[in-house]
This record gives sequence, structure tokens and C-alpha cells, in this order.
Amino acid sequence: MGRLNVELCGIPLDNPVIPASGTFGFGYEFAELYDINCLGTLSFKGTTLQPRDGNPLPRIAETPAGMLNAVGLQNPGVDAVLSEELPRLFSVFHKPVMANVSGFSVEDYTEVVRRLEAEPRIGWYEINISCPNVHGGGMSFGTDPHAAASVVSAARKVTKKPLIIKLSPNVTSITDIAKACEDAGADGISLINTLLGMRIDLATRRPVIANRTGGLSGPAVFPVALRMVWDVARAVSVPVVGLGGVSSAEDVLEMMMAGAAAVEVGAANLVSPYACRDIIGALPAAMDRYGIRTLKELRQ
Amino acid sequence: MKQETLTLVSKRALTERVTELVLEGVTEPMKPGQFVNLAVPGFSLRRPISVCDCRGGQLNLVIRRQGRGTEELTAMEPGQTADVLTGLGNGYDLTRAGEAPVLAGGGVGVPPLYYLARMLRGRGLPVAVCLGFNTASEVFYEEEFRALGCDTRVATADGSYGTKGFVTAVLPEGSYFYACGPVPMLRALTKLAMPGEMSLEARMGCGFGACMGCSQRMAGGMRRICREGPVFRKEEILWDA
Repeated sequence: MGRLNVELCGIPLDNPVIPASGTFGFGYEFAELYDINCLGTLSFKGTTLQPRDGNPLPRIAETPAGMLNAVGLQNPGVDAVLSEELPRLFSVFHKPVMANVSGFSVEDYTEVVRRLEAEPRIGWYEINISCPNVHGGGMSFGTDPHAAASVVSAARKVTKKPLIIKLSPNVTSITDIAKACEDAGADGISLINTLLGMRIDLATRRPVIANRTGGLSGPAVFPVALRMVWDVARAVSVPVVGLGGVSSAEDVLEMMMAGAAAVEVGAANLVSPYACRDIIGALPAAMDRYGIRTLKELRQ
Repeated sequence: MKQETLTLVSKRALTERVTELVLEGVTEPMKPGQFVNLAVPGFSLRRPISVCDCRGGQLNLVIRRQGRGTEELTAMEPGQTADVLTGLGNGYDLTRAGEAPVLAGGGVGVPPLYYLARMLRGRGLPVAVCLGFNTASEVFYEEEFRALGCDTRVATADGSYGTKGFVTAVLPEGSYFYACGPVPMLRALTKLAMPGEMSLEARMGCGFGACMGCSQRMAGGMRRICREGPVFRKEEILWDA
């Protein structure tokens, strides 16, 4: 066993670093730059039942130590993901992948999972009940424990693969939502999705983002994410995937010390396409500095 | 795409707000119409800038100070290095030029046309260049285009230099147009009978196709301005989508 090996819902990972959904496409742009098989796994672009154009431009705004986005779940729909995107992904990536699933009704979620069941190389489902940039569905399932549980228990009926539920930080008590998901049959929890935010252009006096609001990510949200990972890891017994502003090997260690079994990296991929590769490369030296022999020991 | 560390070798002010930077260390040649994405220390997102010229490992960028990020970039001093993603986007299609290409640039949309003009002149083509600016003090690169042997025409919106009006006021007949500039200018060019293509601008997250931050619907479906673009043929663009 290597020093970086971890396990997520019974599936071994060479290391805990996972590009977060929406920041890595279906992997192949990055595979032009380096061998993406160095990753633990990757969570591919959020997939819905129908193709989605997403929101009008502009979708992006810079913030201090971060960014806002309101892409709005642009994706080609589950059938095109299965027939076009995943074959391209699997031509360059040879490990089980995490399928990120979004929907606008309970039936949407279950139908997407049911269709993705045709793909044996999917290792985990990451059920996104936390997208802040779509109207109806998305985050509305992630802000109410009963609604969250209804998505989880319905998805539970159509797959035996691990279900990881991706939670929104835009709630009063994220631990209540996490516990409801666990009780409904979730195998893991990932958090946090982006924090709702806004910027106004001083010259035009209008919001910078056409959708008016967007999701805040990047180093600015790291302490918020870390606190929530800490709380949720102590409230549930299923594994927790930590994400939100992770941009260095030290951030990965901090997330794991807070209780994360694995760690997703999001906005950092957009600033440097090599971010995940570099973080993985920097982990052993960072572990040496803090007397960590293996990442598994952080889980005990 | 390639991540490169480039060194600033010189810079020169072109107007009060526009500065030309010459960087060295490019290891892969770029095409006219492609762009680079520069990291700015202290800022979360890179700044996408079109390639003004590229030869012999040197990269010329012309940057308008628009906010604090571009202030920082143009404050770089010779000898300083920059973390740059190079070779981004598709670039102009030189094979469509025909026998008399027309280049139309507005404001800070002018720079990518310089590299294009140089390459088209290198193919022995007569090149007409039409440059539009708001006012005389904002005019730049007129002499540079003339030095390439281009038929160079300048229009200013207030009439303080060249012909009064927009780029369309000085546009000759031609075989094909290549454009970059503000949206109203591009829309006006789209209405011409002349076929052509144009470079679009967008707020970008990554600049290399990962985040979908700059995607919009085009005639053929959803397109990423950073990846399938920034150059699109005029019939691809759905202005009111």
C-alpha cells in the first residue's frame, strides 16, 4: 500500500484527489496536458436527463480569492454523455469514475441514474442536490431534509453502487440535511457546493452575472467548507468527501484532518490546468513536514 | 495549449490606456486569432489576451487597462516573468481569405488583426485594414499596418482623426472579412454581403474549455468561445440567442 492510498465507499483510490464536477469537463481537455490517470478519480460534468444550454453570458465574475459562476448545468444530456462523452473519457482514463447527476424532479434523478447504470466503469454516483444556478430543482432539494431524503431513497431503488450526496452550504443546518441523506440510504456525503453570491458592475450598476447571482468558489470558501466538513463528519457515519477552495496539498491534509475520506479540487483547476497533478505530486513532501506516514492514519 | 513562463523584454505605451508588451520564451508557435491566458499575481482568474504577434519565440500583446488586473499586467517591468497559458482557441482561417481580404478592427479588437495581416501579406495578398476608434488620442498601430504594406484606413467616431464614423464608413469591397471589436461593429459587419469571420470576447473562467463559463448557442449548437472560438464565421453567430 502506498502512502497516498485511501478508500471511498469500499472502492480503493490511489490518492484522495478528485477534480470536482464542473471544473474538469469530461477530462479529455486535461488529458492533452498530462496523464490524468494520476488522479484518484474524477467527478464528471453534472449530467441531467435532457440536454441543457445553461444560463446566458456573462456566467463568470472574479472575486477576492475566488470566483462566481452561474453556468447553469450546461450539459448534453445523459444519452449524449453515455454515447459521446464517456467513450472519449474512457479512452484517456482507466479508473472508475464518479458520475455527477442533477435533476429537476425526483424522477429526473432516478432516470439519469437508471440510464447511467449501463456504464460499468461508473464507480460512484454523486447526486447533486445543491446547484445554486438553476431554477426549480437543483438546490431546492438540498435545502430541505425531507426533499433531500426523497431523492436519495428514490435513487437507492435504482442502483446498488455507492450514492454520494453533494450538499449545499446555503442552509441553516447542513448536518440535518446530511443525517437525512444517511438515513435515506446514502453511502457518502460530499460538501460543499458553492455559496450563493453576487457582484455588481459599478459602471453599469447591474449585476456582473446575467443570472444576477452565482456560486462562490475558490480559496475564499475554504474555511467555510472545512468547518462544514468537520461538523458533518461528526454527525454521520458514512464517508465524507471534502471540497471548497482546496488548492494545495496542505489544504488536502487539512480537509482530511477535518474528517474527509477524499478531497475534491474545483476552482483551482481553472486557474492552473495542472492543479490536481501538482497537488498529488506535492502531497508526500507535505506529509513529511507534518509527520504523516500514510493518509490512512488521518482517518483513524 | 501549453503552460509557459515568459519573460517581459520590453514595453511601450501606445495610448494613455493601451500598452504593448513583448514577452520572450514561447516554445510553440501560435496562430493569428488565438489567445493567451495570463496569471496575475494576487488575482483569482487569469486574463485572456489576444495574440498581437508571435514569431521567433516572441509574443506581442497589446493590453488596454480595463481594471485592476490589466493595471497589474501593464505595470510589469522588463525582466519580470509571467505564467501564461499559450496557444488557446482556434484562430482565424487564412485559407478563406480569397484574393482581396478586408480586416476590420475596433478599439482593443485591433491587435489580433496585426498578426493576421502579417501572415496574409506573407502570402502575397493585398490586405485592406480598417481601424475604428472613438477619438484621435486612442488611435494605435496605424503605422505598423502601413509598414506591412496594408491599405490602411482609420475611422474615429468623433471625426477627430481619419474619416468620421465607424469602421463600416471606410470599409472597401473585398473577398472576405476578418474582424475583431465591439459587438455593434461585429453585428454591422454581419449584415454585409461579404462573407467573413470574427473573434468574440467573453468573461472566461478557465480559457481552455473546462468550465463552460463562456459557452453560448451558435447555429451549430452550444459552443465554447474559448475552445471552439474565439473566431466564428458570421453565419454561425446567433446575435439574439
